Formats: sequence, structure tokens, C-alpha cells
Amino acid sequence: MSKFISAYYHDEEDLIKGVRQIRNQGIEPADVRTPFPVHGLDKAMGMKRSRLTRVAFAGGAIGGLIGFFFQAWVFTVAYPINFGGKPFFAVPSFMPVTFEMTVLFAAFSMVIAFFIHNKLGPGAKTIIYDEQVTDDRFQILIEADDLDEPEQQRIEKALKEAGAQGIQLTS
Amino acid sequence: MYVSPIREPLIKGNKDYSQVTRDIMAPMAGKPSKYWYMGMALAGAAALMGAWASYETVFNGIGTWGLNKTIGWAWDITNFVWWVGIGHAGTFISAILLLFRQKWRTSINRSAEAMTLIAIACAGFFPLIHMGRLLLGFFIFPYPNTRDLWVNFNSPLLWDVFAITTYFLVSLVFWYVGLIPDIGTVRDKAKNKIRKAIYGFLSFGWTGSARHWSRHETISLVLAGLAAPLVLSVHTIVSFDFATSVIPGWHTTIFPPYFVSGAIFSGFAMVLTLLIVARKALNLEDYITINHIESMNKIIILTGSIVGIAYLTEFFIAWYSGVEYEQYAFFNRAFGPYAWAYWIMMTCNVITPQLFWFKKIRTSLIATFIISIFVNIGMWFERFVIVVTSLHRDYLPSSWSMYKPTLVEVGLYIGTLGLFFTLFLLFIRVFPVIAIAEVKSVLKSSGEHQKHAHHE
Repeated sequence: MSKFISAYYHDEEDLIKGVRQIRNQGIEPADVRTPFPVHGLDKAMGMKRSRLTRVAFAGGAIGGLIGFFFQAWVFTVAYPINFGGKPFFAVPSFMPVTFEMTVLFAAFSMVIAFFIHNKLGPGAKTIIYDEQVTDDRFQILIEADDLDEPEQQRIEKALKEAGAQGIQLTS
Repeated sequence: MYVSPIREPLIKGNKDYSQVTRDIMAPMAGKPSKYWYMGMALAGAAALMGAWASYETVFNGIGTWGLNKTIGWAWDITNFVWWVGIGHAGTFISAILLLFRQKWRTSINRSAEAMTLIAIACAGFFPLIHMGRLLLGFFIFPYPNTRDLWVNFNSPLLWDVFAITTYFLVSLVFWYVGLIPDIGTVRDKAKNKIRKAIYGFLSFGWTGSARHWSRHETISLVLAGLAAPLVLSVHTIVSFDFATSVIPGWHTTIFPPYFVSGAIFSGFAMVLTLLIVARKALNLEDYITINHIESMNKIIILTGSIVGIAYLTEFFIAWYSGVEYEQYAFFNRAFGPYAWAYWIMMTCNVITPQLFWFKKIRTSLIATFIISIFVNIGMWFERFVIVVTSLHRDYLPSSWSMYKPTLVEVGLYIGTLGLFFTLFLLFIRVFPVIAIAEVKSVLKSSGEHQKHAHHE
């Protein structure tokens, strides 16, 4: 993973069309980088739906169970206190903390999973090929490590036909 | 047949993507203006007063406050609830308006969320300072200790600890996750090496990869789905502090919805107060347009009307309940020694926001600014009225009393105002005040179908 063919667009609709066109010719972009989330690009790139929502569900379920059973344990086993003869196992009054724990665990587990999955985090070493990408450029990156000369030219031609600009080899 | 008019664009001035980046990042560049320094000096002075008041409270005790045997809760909890309420707008805007697909939120969500976080920090200060022994503040969390003692999970005050902590943490994560792509932009635009390194670290290595964006969208949506009930739960739980007690005027089932709408009402008022100044000072008038202000004013009418109906309902139910103490509590609110506070609340919260029914008023910046201040004041008095008038005359006439704040209490309140504005002014300089990437994503759908004029 050292050499890439990179090309860019100025408009997200042209980008989507371009990505579709090169994928139809069997060219799979290694990455597409955009300044903002482009709707329809995930479909054009053939991405699957993210499973991070399941992490959130699992995290929330764990948080909720911990919250509920911890309170139940405290008030029935560890330190039962008699509040004017009210029940020790007081389910309704456990709900607020259970709810808050569910939300807290769901949110944090999902966000942490997001960073791990994307290999992002404080001090993460990622390579930015074009600093304009976070401003107004939509960049396509195609891996070019194992490409021979004619294959490389074919890709560059396909990109040009797909309306891309600034086609070049970057490393 | 009715033909709906074409909507005005969300962002004015026919901008391209690069222009958006430059405009929004402009306030962060160069030296701060002299108004910024003036604001900082003022806010710093207020924070210093808060530091003095905190010193007095911690070293001489709660006795420096105007509390007495009858009135054990007054300014401190009033300020706490007021700040928590203000902290409701940010997450409401970014979570609930995201779920409702209100695209206009993109211009205001970032600053409103920052405001939320700062307001929650200010709110958290009050219960802490009320503990007297600040160092033992961690006693409120359940942790295994040598006393074999756990916290009381049946107490709404403990629910508050969980609700506010969760709300702060989830809001912080939501805000920061949304901020990461924009920090990436700041990093890539940075000319100076140190600046690049700092923002590079803070950007978590953001690259703008389409895969990351797709997941980013997914988690933003789920976080919004989680934060939406959270916003509603926080003030519900705060209202339980009162509603689960047996004090006349507090013990009502209307409290949760009434508090939540009041919170959103006051939160939007504070957002308006801040943004009307900020959009002018930071040259962001194309991004935060009159349409944005008008939309927020509509939410103010809605929530303000709900609050107004709640006031009337409380009165009706007090009469209808036939409970002598409940009836007296409400009669005393409106006509007792604290009637002035009650009528300030009524005027500011029920009457003034109704002026927004006139299009001229809700699209006027000056009128909106003035009314937003009125709402801020009114909502402070609402909490004061609920807390103090209910307590000062309860069941036993022999223990009736009056409450007057001391300078220390006023100082604590002014101190949090100072802290709030100090942190907000710092935020303006450190992070983009408007979500750059989100604004770019609504630029086209905002009405002007534009092709970029790049000629290379």
C-alpha cells in the first residue's frame, strides 16, 4: 500500500457518476475521500450497511442490565434499608438510573467501536494525500502497487472518461 | 389551488464549498478583536467574583447564604435548574431536529451544543458548592467504600447525579464526534507547525474517507436517537426533585412535561441571545439568517405556550383539588409577599413570547434579542417562584419565614455567568462555531442549484 492513482472532482454529483462508471469497468477504488458525507456515494461504492448499531444495542443492553441488577442487589442483598415500610425491590424507582445507564453504555460502546473500526483516535497515524479534501475536493484513490504500465494507463483513461481531474500517481 | 412558495435558501450568498470553509474559519484566524478582549475581561471579572463567593462558601460555610430553617433551598437550586434548562437547547437542536430532518439546524447546532456543555458545567457547580465539603463530592457516586454503604437509589437527587452525568458525557461525545471532521479541516488549513500538530492530534487522524463518513452518519443518527429521550429524561428527573416531595406547590404530576418544555424554552432563548450577537460579531449573517431566527422563535412560541398552559393548569388543579394547603400555596404565589416575582415570571414567560405571533416581531433582530432576554429572566424567576414561594409558607404558620439572598449567593450566580461567557468566548476562538461539513452537505439542497465555477 504505497502507490496510488489519485484523481479528484469538484462536485459530489459528478463524483458519484464517476465512481459508478469506473466500477462498471471493474476498477475498484481503494478509498474515496470527501469534505462532507455524500448521500448516495455508499450505494455507488457498494458499501454494506454499518453494523455499529448492533454494538450500540449490545452496549445499551449490558448497561441497562448492570444498572438494574446493581440497584436490585444493593437494596435486597448488600444494604437493605427500610424506607417507611416500602418494598426493598422497588422496580419503578430503579428505572431512572437503569435508563441513564442504558443510554450511557450504548453511546459510549458505539462511539468507541466507531473509532476502533475506523482506526481513528488521538494521535492516529493516517495519511492525507490531498489537503484540499477537507475543504472542497472529492478524491478517488486507486491502489497502484501491483499494476503494470498498460493496466495503469487503462485506469487513468477510464478516470479521465469519468470526468476526473488532476489524475496522478501519488505515494 | 394553493401553491406553496419557494423556500428561501438556508445559506445565503451563493457560496461554494471553499467559501464556506473560509467564512466559518475566519473568526479563528489572526488576533482576536478588541470586542473579544472586552468580553473576556468582563466575563473574567464576573468569574473572579464567583471565585470570591466560592471561597467564602467553602471556608465559612453555607451560613454565609441567606438560607434559614424554613427555606433550605433557594438561589442555589434555582441557578442549578436554570442552567440545566439552558443546557437543553443544544442537544434538542442536534438530536431532535436531526430526527425530524430539520436542515436549518446545521447552522446553529455546533454553538448550541457547546453552549449546552458549558451550561451543564455551570449547573453542576451549584450542587457541588452546596455540599459544603467539596472534597467529599465523590460521595454522591456509588463506589465500594470502607463504610460498606451504598448511595440511595430511591432518591431523585441520586437520579439527578446519573441523569446529569450521562447527559453531559453523551452530549460531549455527540459534540466531539461531530466536531472531528471540522477539526480535520482546521488541521489541513493550518499554516503553522504547532497548530497543525495540535489540531492533527485532536482530529483523531480524520481523512474524510467515504467509509468513515458513512459510519459517521450512522452513529450520528443513533446518537441522536439516544440523546432525544435523554434530553427529555434529564429535566424530567430534575423535576422529580420537587415532584416527589410533599411540599404544596411541588407535589404535582404536571412537573415533568412542564419542566421539559420550560427547559427547551429557556435554552432556545439563550441560544438566540448568544447567536444574535455572535452572527454579527463573527460575520456569519449568511449562515445564521433571519429564517433561522424565525424558526427558533416559532419553537419559543410553542414551548412558551406550553409553559403558560402549565401555569394555568397548576392553578386550576390547586383549586379543584380542594386541598387547603395546595390552594394557599398558589394563592400565596400570586398575591403573597413574593407576588412581584410571580408576576415578573408571568409577564416574561407567558405574555412577551406571544408577541412572536406577529411576523414583524419574530423576524426582527432587536425585538428577538430583547424578548430572548425577557425569557431568560422569566425562566430564572419561574424556578425562584417554585422553590422559594412553596417553601417560605408551608404547613405551620409559626415557621413561616422570608428569604433574601446574600452577596455571596449573588456572587456565585454571577460567577457562573462569567464562567459561561469565558468558556464560550474561548470556544469561538478554538473551534469552528458552525459545523462546516454539515453546512456543505445542505448547501445544494438549500434551494440554489449551483454548479461550481472552477476553471482550471
